[in-house]
Amino acid sequence: MSAFLDMGGYAAFVWPAYLVTLAVLVLNIIWARKSLARALQAARRRTAAAGEDS
Amino acid sequence: MTGAGMPAGATAALATGASSPENVERAPVFDAARLALSRDLTLAFRKRGQLIQPLAFFALVTMLFPLAVSPELSRLRAIAPGVLWVAALLASLLALEFLFRDDAYDGTLEQYALSGQSLTWLLFAKTVAHWLLTGLPLALMAPFAAMALGVSAAAVPGIVLVMVVGTVALSLIGAIGAALTLGMKRSGALLALLTLPLSLPVLIYGARATELAIGGSSFGAPLELLAALAVLAVTLAPLAAAAAVRISLE
Amino acid sequence: MRWTWFHRLASPPYLYALAARLTPWFAWPAALLILGGLYAGLVLAPPDYQQGEGFRIIYVHVPSAWMSLMVYVTMGVAAAVGLIWRMKIAHAVAASCAPIGASFTVVALVTGALYGKPMWGTWWEWDPRLTSELILLFLYLGFMGLRAGFDDTQRADRSGALLAIVGMVNVPIIHYSVIWWNSLHQAPSVMRFGKPAMPPAMLVPLLVLLLGFTLFFAAVLLVRVRAEILQRERATRWIGETLRA
Repeated sequence: MSAFLDMGGYAAFVWPAYLVTLAVLVLNIIWARKSLARALQAARRRTAAAGEDS
Repeated sequence: MTGAGMPAGATAALATGASSPENVERAPVFDAARLALSRDLTLAFRKRGQLIQPLAFFALVTMLFPLAVSPELSRLRAIAPGVLWVAALLASLLALEFLFRDDAYDGTLEQYALSGQSLTWLLFAKTVAHWLLTGLPLALMAPFAAMALGVSAAAVPGIVLVMVVGTVALSLIGAIGAALTLGMKRSGALLALLTLPLSLPVLIYGARATELAIGGSSFGAPLELLAALAVLAVTLAPLAAAAAVRISLE
Repeated sequence: MRWTWFHRLASPPYLYALAARLTPWFAWPAALLILGGLYAGLVLAPPDYQQGEGFRIIYVHVPSAWMSLMVYVTMGVAAAVGLIWRMKIAHAVAASCAPIGASFTVVALVTGALYGKPMWGTWWEWDPRLTSELILLFLYLGFMGLRAGFDDTQRADRSGALLAIVGMVNVPIIHYSVIWWNSLHQAPSVMRFGKPAMPPAMLVPLLVLLLGFTLFFAAVLLVRVRAEILQRERATRWIGETLRA
């Protein structure tokens, strides 16, 4: 296991590269879901307001 | 674009077609473009202070390098092509803000778009005027800046030639950026962000040709590539600029 | 009749519902392929005979670089469709592409630097691929900056689309001039990606990851497009009906 973590001496380069990539993959999911949630919330608020008017 | 590159009779015939806004006989497109060009030149010479700004900027940027790097001419000569081209790139960028701004404010661009004349040709004429007022003077001034950086006088014709071709491409590429940012407040940094990446090929070939010219060797290959870029810019950039101006007027 | 699918795609309520339905079909295969590909790249693939374990960085670097280009092309095509056929949805797609593409361009640059340090001895080398990648990042930033500069969505859409098309025409010119420039100034790069000689045990994880990242892009894009549609169509009736249903 420690040999795997050591990556033949390249641990300081391999692991940060994978971490950065995973972080951006996860961030893309979070950002996309957040923007959808925000748009949905705004739309719900608007339809609710429209419903009260009618 | 109606009438672009057609003989006078054909344009006049087109002007009476159903697609035109009013049934008046239109001036041939080259006359219209020439009028737009001379108008811009006349206006520019009434405001001479604005004309000197890019040139002064170019000289100033060139002067920064001896102060920042070293006063030794041998070292300055080595970086001269890069200095000249970066300074020219920044100076032409600075001048771009004047390209369409005044005409957008006073409604001239809208009149151009509605005139029934080819907007592509009119904007091309405006860009040519802009190049005559900034690009050409920069190219003519470059040898003096080069000699201040220790370049020998033998390289002067080559430097001017390369600069003339390169600034044509820079003005045209810049016209797209200037047209895209029309009507935007504080467009300066964005204009740089849009224009500089597109100008990189011009910088690469221009600096290389200048380097060869300064070294006294043949600079035909990079100059031809630079000329190809300029031709491509002449054919495509006015179309893109016209489309951008139309979008801004919608 | 043959073009009805195209016209239906241009209809916001239809595309909104379709995007919601399709997202899991892209998201789950993407997750499986990416996790499987990363495992295969880290564990199953044999170490490179020259670069040792360090070569494993390519399993994240190459897919990110692929994403940065593929997303830019997708953005340019969507922008062209929007500009030519005046299709608002296409502009929504183009606008959604930019942040995804820009983020993967950053990953390609960072992993490129992390790969460069042990292989070249420096964090940054003016290698033509890395330089082009950096320029691509500026093209993305310019597109996003131009869009952000306009309050009017339609102006932002159409001006941005024109810029994306101009950028797409210029990307090959920029790339080849950078290669030409680089060939003058230094020896050919030590970095060798995608060599055909790559043995299958090394190549297969890479292909799996390329596919996984592509599906990932599709899934994230669909979610972002839905958000864009909701925002753009906020004045319409169908949104209220969809949300109540």
